[in-house]
Amino acid sequence: MGELLSQYDVLGAFWMNIKLTVLAAVGSFVIGLVLALCRISPIGSLQKFGAAYVNIVRNTPLTIIMVIGVLGVWSQLQVQLSSDFDFNFFLYAVACLSLYHASFVCEAIRSGVNTVPLGQAEAARAIGLPFMDAARLVILPQALRGAVTPLGNTLIALTKNSTVAAAASVAEVSGMMKTMMEFRPDVMVFIFCIVALGFCLIVIPIGICTTWLSDRLAVAR
Amino acid sequence: MNERDDASGHQKAQALVEIKGVNKHFGDFQALTDINVSIPRGQVVIVVGPSGSGKSTLCRTINRLETIDDGGTITIDGTALPEEGKALAKLRAEVGMVFQSFNLFAHKTILENVTLGPIRVKGVSKKDAEEQAMKLLDRVGVAHQAKKMPAQLSGGQQQRVAIARALAMKPKIMLFDEPTSALDPEMVQEVLDVMTDLAKEGMTMVVVTHEMGFARKAGDRLLFMADGKILEDTTPDQFFTEPETSRAKDFLSKILSH
Repeated sequence: MGELLSQYDVLGAFWMNIKLTVLAAVGSFVIGLVLALCRISPIGSLQKFGAAYVNIVRNTPLTIIMVIGVLGVWSQLQVQLSSDFDFNFFLYAVACLSLYHASFVCEAIRSGVNTVPLGQAEAARAIGLPFMDAARLVILPQALRGAVTPLGNTLIALTKNSTVAAAASVAEVSGMMKTMMEFRPDVMVFIFCIVALGFCLIVIPIGICTTWLSDRLAVAR
Repeated sequence: MNERDDASGHQKAQALVEIKGVNKHFGDFQALTDINVSIPRGQVVIVVGPSGSGKSTLCRTINRLETIDDGGTITIDGTALPEEGKALAKLRAEVGMVFQSFNLFAHKTILENVTLGPIRVKGVSKKDAEEQAMKLLDRVGVAHQAKKMPAQLSGGQQQRVAIARALAMKPKIMLFDEPTSALDPEMVQEVLDVMTDLAKEGMTMVVVTHEMGFARKAGDRLLFMADGKILEDTTPDQFFTEPETSRAKDFLSKILSH
């Protein structure tokens, strides 16, 4: 095992997945929040935009989005996100993961909005809060607390989906696993177990945190 | 109608709320039919009627929580209700509303519930807003609960906080949409007491209620609604002793029979 780890930088590859996950989590949360605001806004064109985005992006396989990003936008349209070759692909992977998971974040937040009784919005409007203030100060704080569990699920899916960044040639763990299995077929099962265990170690705490947070933050009604 | 205004002693006051030719449809269902009401400053208007008669809808149109059909107008203190947007938000701030289900902001403390509007909408400083909020909470008898969350209070206490929250905006008029209907019986009186005090202080009020005792005691004027129409526009005493329409007689016989 020591020999294998000295030959291949498994921890470095996992660290890459963690970086992808953290950055894409932030990116998808921001985009998803904006999309959710569009979908609950009183403006028809914004609602339609939000619905169209979610339905198109959510139903497209992530691998295809990654390929469109790298082969279409980078290779064909020559859009450079960074002059550094590897970092450029890293940014593409983060962007594609963010855009894809934003549709799930949007729906998670929207499910949270549905846990907030209509009367809360009416009371906010009745004291004279404009839409954005009512959303920011009254609806979203409660909606996000109600959305902790589905948001946690999205984060878990994102963590595992970060392996799809291999499609954008990012040196992350699934790409490394492929290489390791090619050159060390004698310990194939062991390699597989290491990667699987690694993901369990990252994902299980997320699940525990989610449960703890959703209990702690629940709004008493 | 002028005669009846005379009866309520407000004939000379300029109308604070002017409702003219208001209709409201929910799909094919007509919830309000040709409503015309003029409410002078300081008047306490009780709205009664069987369920589904449109009384809550009427109450909610006054701060445009319900839109009205084209053609009708509602003006408040001389200003027509604007379309959705900043102007409407500003006007809503001048109209206090108390809901049947309290609707206190569930994630904020009692004190924050009362200070949110003044701070965010009126730009009052946090310190001044809290000072004013404590006075209001004291007035409705829940000052000692200021740091608690809404769910920790009884229904009656929550509704009194809701009244304080509305009053914190210094509204020109207060709308009450069945404020005691969701309360346990022993808590109804504490809320009605606060409302009676408000009425005595000269607040203009529109109260949708089934509390006939309160209607008689605090009301200056009573509107009886059925099927989306105002069938009687009279004083509470007149209504309870000599109802004119058969619908009103029928309604009274049902609620007063036991």
